[in-house]
Amino acid sequence: MEMFKSLIIILLSSVLVNNYVLARFLGICPFLGVSKKLDQATGMGIAVTAVMLLATAVTWPIQYYLLDKTGLGYLQTIVFILVIAALVQMVELLLKKFSPSLHKGLGVYLPLITTNCAVLGVAINNITDGYTFLESMVSSLGVGLGFLLAMVLFSGLRSRIDETNIPRPFRGLAVTLIAASFISLAFMGFAGIVDALFA
Amino acid sequence: MDYTNILIAFGVIAGISLVLGVLLALVSHFFAVEEDKTVKAVRACLPGVNCGACGYKGCDDYAAAVADGSAKPNLCVPGAEATAKELGEILGIEVDAPVDLVAYVHCNGNCEATAKKAAYDGMSTCKGASMLYGGPDACRFGCLGLGDCAKACPANAICLMDGIAHVDTSRCLGCGLCTTICPKGIISMIPQETEAAVMCSNTDKGAEARKVCKNACIGCMKCKKVCPHDAITVTNNLAKIDYDKCEGCGACAEVCPTGCMKQVVFPDIPEGTNPADLIDKDFVK
Repeated sequence: MEMFKSLIIILLSSVLVNNYVLARFLGICPFLGVSKKLDQATGMGIAVTAVMLLATAVTWPIQYYLLDKTGLGYLQTIVFILVIAALVQMVELLLKKFSPSLHKGLGVYLPLITTNCAVLGVAINNITDGYTFLESMVSSLGVGLGFLLAMVLFSGLRSRIDETNIPRPFRGLAVTLIAASFISLAFMGFAGIVDALFA
Repeated sequence: MDYTNILIAFGVIAGISLVLGVLLALVSHFFAVEEDKTVKAVRACLPGVNCGACGYKGCDDYAAAVADGSAKPNLCVPGAEATAKELGEILGIEVDAPVDLVAYVHCNGNCEATAKKAAYDGMSTCKGASMLYGGPDACRFGCLGLGDCAKACPANAICLMDGIAHVDTSRCLGCGLCTTICPKGIISMIPQETEAAVMCSNTDKGAEARKVCKNACIGCMKCKKVCPHDAITVTNNLAKIDYDKCEGCGACAEVCPTGCMKQVVFPDIPEGTNPADLIDKDFVK
């Protein structure tokens, strides 16, 4: 029960409180780049969630059974980048062969994710936070869902922005960034809420 | 100076890279997907503007569907007859000439016939206006006249006149972009050779429809009764023409009390023009 509770706390806090995009400002590039339409944003969010889970499942054992054992902890960043990039490429090849429809759905987004800093960030943070394997997986799931949530919310906002008459100097990226900052501010409201849930 | 640490780090990274590289090479070798040659050949014949008029997501999708036989090769609208013929040659089958479809705005609620229920001063797009209580027009079905379709049209074939959109059928490519962009959904594709069309989309009862617009279809059934080819049906107080049966005699237009059934004569595209050439390729992206 105690463990279950801590897993729930990890999940909720990584979705809402420590939302990677809106509170930690990681993965801003896809957040701004692929959030124009709802279906694209959803596709990207799901792809990122899947890749994060995969990346954690591979990098966690590498850290604890390879790097820590051989005292090469300082190679963490570069090894993780290497492994994640190769992993995503491999997944893409396998998807293309075994599930063409899924490959089509995720198609464009998979290669884009290879060097997404949110994916690397989650892999590294799981280690620094000292999570167990299970906790790491739950945390990755939470971060992925948080990313998906941010993407979906923001794409909804942007589709409305596209319809409006915006003053000339604010058109395009300017108004997008301002809108992003407002969502980010709104998410600050979640700070402290998770601990209070189980108090 | 001790180089061992550097060498170990170098060795580990090199080792990991090598393993991953070999793995990737093996995976791409053993799980390679062979690309179909017919798909490639079909795709090469298509105009590549991804207009979606064929009913598929883009030229790539349509090419795949044509190659595996699930789609007819005469559906490409911008490519028209020439493309249909080429595709027929690749597949080795006889292809019917494509039916030319043009967009048609099913509304005649011009400024004279209908009124506004409110003064609207918001964003000047149909989509924006329709989000606010369905738009400022008295008729909730009718054309808003703010020109989302005109902006979407790659051939500049739509103009706004007298509060409603009109399609210049001689320039219409039949891509169908306007039919999807119209928030009221009142634009549809009809055969270019047709001579009759319903100029209304109001499904309210006759009295209510008439109240908001003088030109509305009131569902009186007169056209249905007079049609010698049994091509007209009236559902939800709105007449609809079945173009497979319509012969274009114009009998319906003569009896229509509100004049919403029109006998239309479309100008033809000048001979020797390939509609695909008219598309502004920079516009369609």
